[in-house]
Amino acid sequence: MSNKLLSGSQQVETDLDQPLYTPIKRRSFFMYAGATAGATALVLAGCSKSDSSPGMVSVGSGDVGVLNYAYALEQLEAGFYTQLRTGSYYTGLAAGNAEKLILDDLYYHEVIHREFFKAAITGAGATPIKALTPDFSKIDFTSRTSVLGTAKAFEDLGVAAYNGAGRRITSANYLVIAGKIVSVEARHAAIIRDLVSEGTFVGSDVVAIGTTSTEISKDPATVVATANTFLADGSKLDVSGIQ
Amino acid sequence: MNIFEIISEIEKVDPEVYDRLDSRRSIFKHMSGLGQKLTAAAVPLAFGAVLNKAYAQTTAAPGVVDVLNFALRLEYLESTFYNLGLGTIGATATAAQTTFRSGFSTTNLASLDIIRLDESNHVSALIATITALGGTPIAAPNRTPNALGVTGDFDFTGGKGTGTGPFAGIFTTPATFLAVAQALEDTGVRAYKGGAPYLMSNKDVLTAALNIHSVEARHASRLRTMRRAGAANNTASAVAPTNSGTNEADRSASPKSWISGNDNGGPAPAVTAPVYGAGTAPAYTPTTLSAPVFPAENNVIQGGVTLSATTLTATANFPTLSYSEAFDEPLDVPTVLTIAKTFAVTGSTFFG
Repeated sequence: MSNKLLSGSQQVETDLDQPLYTPIKRRSFFMYAGATAGATALVLAGCSKSDSSPGMVSVGSGDVGVLNYAYALEQLEAGFYTQLRTGSYYTGLAAGNAEKLILDDLYYHEVIHREFFKAAITGAGATPIKALTPDFSKIDFTSRTSVLGTAKAFEDLGVAAYNGAGRRITSANYLVIAGKIVSVEARHAAIIRDLVSEGTFVGSDVVAIGTTSTEISKDPATVVATANTFLADGSKLDVSGIQ
Repeated sequence: MNIFEIISEIEKVDPEVYDRLDSRRSIFKHMSGLGQKLTAAAVPLAFGAVLNKAYAQTTAAPGVVDVLNFALRLEYLESTFYNLGLGTIGATATAAQTTFRSGFSTTNLASLDIIRLDESNHVSALIATITALGGTPIAAPNRTPNALGVTGDFDFTGGKGTGTGPFAGIFTTPATFLAVAQALEDTGVRAYKGGAPYLMSNKDVLTAALNIHSVEARHASRLRTMRRAGAANNTASAVAPTNSGTNEADRSASPKSWISGNDNGGPAPAVTAPVYGAGTAPAYTPTTLSAPVFPAENNVIQGGVTLSATTLTATANFPTLSYSEAFDEPLDVPTVLTIAKTFAVTGSTFFG
């Protein structure tokens, strides 16, 4: 039932709005899908919360819920780095400029993460959430301060989100995959913070410097409270299924 | 002597004893068969041989405390490294340390002092966590310097105690210091990632470990940024990586803030290549992990799919190296310990 609803709404969104991604070749991914154990159970888990909170996009529950949650955040990040490439701050950067090369790499990495999750969720026999429509109206893509400040917010949020999601994952395989991505997000966060202010790769806003020097992780509800401010109505996230 | 009582006693300490003995059924069958053929006096001997086989040939998956103590070994290594080079936290820097510190720009030195504090805090946090779990933290290593870069347990020149290894001048040459620091932090990131599956039974500990893991990655990123620009540069993040030839070859001396391919073997390929290379999955590795489980950093197979512009169509014209850059890779415990032994003094048992 929910599959039908999701695919239906995805069609509408694709027509009406600018999607954040270009669809991947699902068929090629299915070739590898057989290796995923418990796919049926995951699909069922993923459906349980699909119809809650009208107007919101439910990520579902269980491991697929966490994967869709990560997919949603990667959509947001990838959408941001995609859009900034048309903004005058980025287009004004000279070839070979360090910031340009960094923003290029972040664009590549985040789009790859987004496409990977879409493929992985499909490969697990589950349904990815739709392509979300962002709302980047608060970002000034002509301004270095706005662009880098937003990049910093997204990267730090991503790290805190993955760290907070780890305990909600039951599959060791998915936990390792999340780990493979979060450390790259942390590397991103560090250099972006250094671009904003040299030597602030860790700061008391993200790491408990005074005590354990551990990252301040965030649970899904806290993360989407911020993420939803960058998502249009109809694309805001409901993470109650994994909270 | 009742053999089955002994097994039962072992089971109280090691619930998986029967798994080690092939299977419950086969060991019982085996033992009963022995009883017919051997005299009563010989049975304990034969039983001992069975146990030796069981415990020598298969190693148990590490438990939560084992993983934390493994992490603690690495944090001790890192913490000692920064304290010896930059000066012990809370103590007045020696003349040599003061001279060494002057080789770094203001922002770089401040960054290194932050990292030094973080690693010290990680040591304390791990000890506290292990203790809270009822475990016993490993004993601290010998951290008293007896020569430049050498203590009773560590030789940061990589000289096994001679102080004249491949990183000689480690605490007098800033570039060498940053090179080793990068290798240590990148190793730490891989180690925590590899240990995470064995912490899943305790969600709070898992979260704590993940929260250290990402901080290590932030450190690695910063150190790479500093190496790219040079120790004396005060605005390191403004310096782009050089591309004089093929990208990956340049990443050894001029790294990106993330790992690109295998970084051509890292800062000092002759020594650091294993930091970016493939590991070997121990026998206890969960079979649920998709292959390759411990690949080199240039791996592009994630969750069973080979990432490329073909499999991810929205990524047309992306640089080939971006697919490996987007994912860091875990490393297994034995391989990490082997890497760590690069900095162990001959005869030290700190890394086993």
